[in-house]
Amino acid sequence: MIRKDDSFEKLHNLNRRMFVVIVAKIVVFSVIVSRLFTLQIKNSEKYSTLSDSNRIREWRHPPVRGEFHDYFGKIIASNQNVYQLHVVNDEVQDFSNLIIKLKNLLGLSEIEVKKFKDKQRNIKPWEQLIISENLSWDQFSKINSFLYELPGVKPVLNTVRYYPHKENLTHVIGYVNNPSKKDVEFNPEIKKKLVPGLKVGKIGLEKSFENKLLGISAIQRYEVNAYGKIINQLTYQKGSQGQNIKLTLDLEIQNLCSGLLAGKAGSITVMDIFSGEIIAMQSSPSYDPNLFLYGINSDDWQLLKNNPLKPLINKTISGLYAPGSTIKPIVALSALENKIIDTNFTVYCDGKTEMYNRTYHCWKKEGHGKVDLKTAMAQSCDAYFYEVARLLGVDKLSSTAKTFGLGEKVFDNLFEDEKKGLIPNTSWKKNTLGQNWYAGETIITGIGQGYMLTTPLQLCLMTAQIANGGFKVKPKIIVDDKNNSKFNLTPISLNNPRNIQIIHEAMFSSTNEIRGTSYSSRIEDIKYQFAGKTGTSQIKKITQVQRELDLKIFQIPYEERDHALYIAFGPYVKPQYAMSILIEHGGSGSVAAAPIAKELFKAVIDRDFTRQLSKKEIKLSI
Amino acid sequence: MYQYSELNKSDTFFQKIKNLDYPLIIMILLLGLISFFIMYSVDEGKILTHTKSHFTKFVIFFLLMIFLSMLHIKFWYKISSISYLAVLVLLVLVKFFGFEAGGAQRWIDLKFANLQPSELMKICIILFLAKYYHKLKINDVNKFFPVLNSIIIIFLPVALVMSQPDMGTSILIGMSGIIVLWLSGLRIKYFFYSFLGFLIILPFIFSFLKEYQKLRILNFINPNMDPLGSGYHVIQSKIAIGSGGFDGKGFLKGTQSYLEFLPEKETDFVFTLFAEQFGFIGSVILLLIYLGIIYRIIRIGLISRNHFSKLFCYGFSFTIFLNLAVNLLMVLGLLPVVGSPLPILSYGGSSMLTMMIGFSVVLCAKINSKISIP
Repeated sequence: MIRKDDSFEKLHNLNRRMFVVIVAKIVVFSVIVSRLFTLQIKNSEKYSTLSDSNRIREWRHPPVRGEFHDYFGKIIASNQNVYQLHVVNDEVQDFSNLIIKLKNLLGLSEIEVKKFKDKQRNIKPWEQLIISENLSWDQFSKINSFLYELPGVKPVLNTVRYYPHKENLTHVIGYVNNPSKKDVEFNPEIKKKLVPGLKVGKIGLEKSFENKLLGISAIQRYEVNAYGKIINQLTYQKGSQGQNIKLTLDLEIQNLCSGLLAGKAGSITVMDIFSGEIIAMQSSPSYDPNLFLYGINSDDWQLLKNNPLKPLINKTISGLYAPGSTIKPIVALSALENKIIDTNFTVYCDGKTEMYNRTYHCWKKEGHGKVDLKTAMAQSCDAYFYEVARLLGVDKLSSTAKTFGLGEKVFDNLFEDEKKGLIPNTSWKKNTLGQNWYAGETIITGIGQGYMLTTPLQLCLMTAQIANGGFKVKPKIIVDDKNNSKFNLTPISLNNPRNIQIIHEAMFSSTNEIRGTSYSSRIEDIKYQFAGKTGTSQIKKITQVQRELDLKIFQIPYEERDHALYIAFGPYVKPQYAMSILIEHGGSGSVAAAPIAKELFKAVIDRDFTRQLSKKEIKLSI
Repeated sequence: MYQYSELNKSDTFFQKIKNLDYPLIIMILLLGLISFFIMYSVDEGKILTHTKSHFTKFVIFFLLMIFLSMLHIKFWYKISSISYLAVLVLLVLVKFFGFEAGGAQRWIDLKFANLQPSELMKICIILFLAKYYHKLKINDVNKFFPVLNSIIIIFLPVALVMSQPDMGTSILIGMSGIIVLWLSGLRIKYFFYSFLGFLIILPFIFSFLKEYQKLRILNFINPNMDPLGSGYHVIQSKIAIGSGGFDGKGFLKGTQSYLEFLPEKETDFVFTLFAEQFGFIGSVILLLIYLGIIYRIIRIGLISRNHFSKLFCYGFSFTIFLNLAVNLLMVLGLLPVVGSPLPILSYGGSSMLTMMIGFSVVLCAKINSKISIP
């Protein structure tokens, strides 16, 4: 019964207290409703006008993009001022009338007019429509003189991307253009900064370093009246330019490379063999990135797309080629490392070798006679390397090739279009093609044909790692402020460091001794003297008939000609730079590729002094 | 009173379904529908993240609510102290492992969702205190230790949330707790004296506030002090609501809210979006729905035979009211801007989850209204 009393008491108390709460609630609710009444009914007019006539407009300018500089601070990609034509939607009274006037003034096409009409329908009243992003001075002054009869039209001075060196760096830098839906979706930074007129990187480093390059928008806040006319500016928040990016490239060498490749399809890569800094990296033919800034016109696009020399492809990193004889240093090194051969090992070459019931030809029909490693390398004797490859086996060869950077992306994920290439071995073939490895395939792998595929950049890296005495190099194209001068060299584990020296000597004789394949491209001045290896990458099997005909290069259709390759490093006495040169369908490496190296090496070594000097300066400034 | 609980065992599933409070459920669904339309207009007339996410959460939490209301009221009674402690532990964890957003460390990353434990505390504190006072004899309510205990129970979470810092939520938690004390019959003079004490230390509290919190309060006193800076929200929010007029600008036609004048239009300022588009009529209808919900909950409390259910229902109805009132008064410029969501309508899962759990306890109380807890 006590319990019941207690409950009763509690209940009584609770109900009394609840009554007070309910009264309080009713009071507060009446306050809310009366406030709503004041705002929405009594003062509705006042707020409606406030809402309509005293809106605050915010206009965000596209941020100024960071610049690209070369190693010496020269401008690679900068910004320039352009005259643009915007239309403020709110201020336009009759858009279709206006667009007709603009059509006559600017000479817009019927299709463009239709496009603008569609666009205008889909943007919000307070947004701006960009009619032209790049007015000529003529157009700009014409618009200005007719401005009074073009309500809503706003001529604007804007800062946009400009590539002063045109096609010389396109494949490295890339270009910018309007962001696509995908760009916005995948990069939250773009989404955040999206404003009309914003340009974002589409390919190359422009894309990879998007978030660094994007600056901060300047923001203007205006008070505007019912017709969208600006009454006064309230705030101007200064924006800031995106970060500048300094590249390891040397603009002079890069431009030279571009010149050397003019009219040809091919690629040149030059690399510092210790720091991995890319000095130059050019793929040819290239194209002018400025064409893309305001949307490329369809004629230009068709020309680029249908060009048989494939200018849109960055051959340096995404062109895959059989390395041909340029793989021979690796084959020889692998054989030495695995103690399959030594320097005294000889093979007799009579122009062809019978193996596994098939005939394998050396490039020299009459044969090289008895050759050892050095001669074989110098004269690029195929028969010698057939035999070495047979003794070595493809698995050992592929593992050495991989430690020297083949078959893997050099720049990790820096470039979207970089290819991995392919270094075949028995398990690869089993897993991918489901077939057993044939011994005959080992033979041709020994001279860089068959399944093996490499990019010119990989060949350059391989050469660099041979040239520096067998140390791992991490190629880089961006100068990062931190460890600018320091780079850790980790040795590639070699059984005998002497083996690399043997390869150096063999490559030296290939360039600097009589009968060496690139003897005619040598430089005797010890300051510039380099060592190299030619390569000729077959793209079609040579038939018996062709072999007998022995056609000259101009007698073969362009697409069936061999690719010419050359890898080199120098100066020989104290190596510092490595390079790889590829000329698509250029014929033999010694004729088409090696002479380019001669010209290039002189320039690279001459620039070396300046480069080392600027390195010291950087060190001092740190 | 004993006998009824023995006689009426509404245990079968269908019985329970039949005994659910349908007017309440319909009004909750109505709110869900309105919130869908609001999120749709936040997404500017498209079905994007806000709409999808909010709608999904609503559906999931609604089903969860129905499921939880099938439990026995004794279950809630039993777990009330544990749940309070658990959320308290979560609040401590937030302090160390939570992640920051917008200058406050409020959230715990649960991998699939981010939980804001301070929201859950709004319910747990009522549950716990309801149980505490259910057990306590009326004569003991005003004795020293029970009073001290309840002060500690309220103080701990309030202090933890305040230090996040989240002034709005901590005040709401504190008020939810205090209302249970009030309902339980704590002497009126205690409330009077503590209110007096509060007024006296108010200037000191003000000096402890963060810079932005001070600004908010100063702006409340004079919103035109810095119209583009800290006073911006309230001015723009008033313009948006006021320009809605009697019947609103029409669905998806709100200009103020579209112009990005309201950076938090989907969360705390969601009402402005609604009021601009649907005007006075719409706002009053929305208020009536909330009032209806509060009325139903109080009614369920009234017919409940046990003190625990009663205390919870009354307390929870007050929590809803408080959230609603603080949010609206803030948006209407009658209270300083303290972060406080509009129940169900604001974008944010934790707040909605809290409300749904509260509703499920209420529904449970309705189903088990004739049961008394010893």
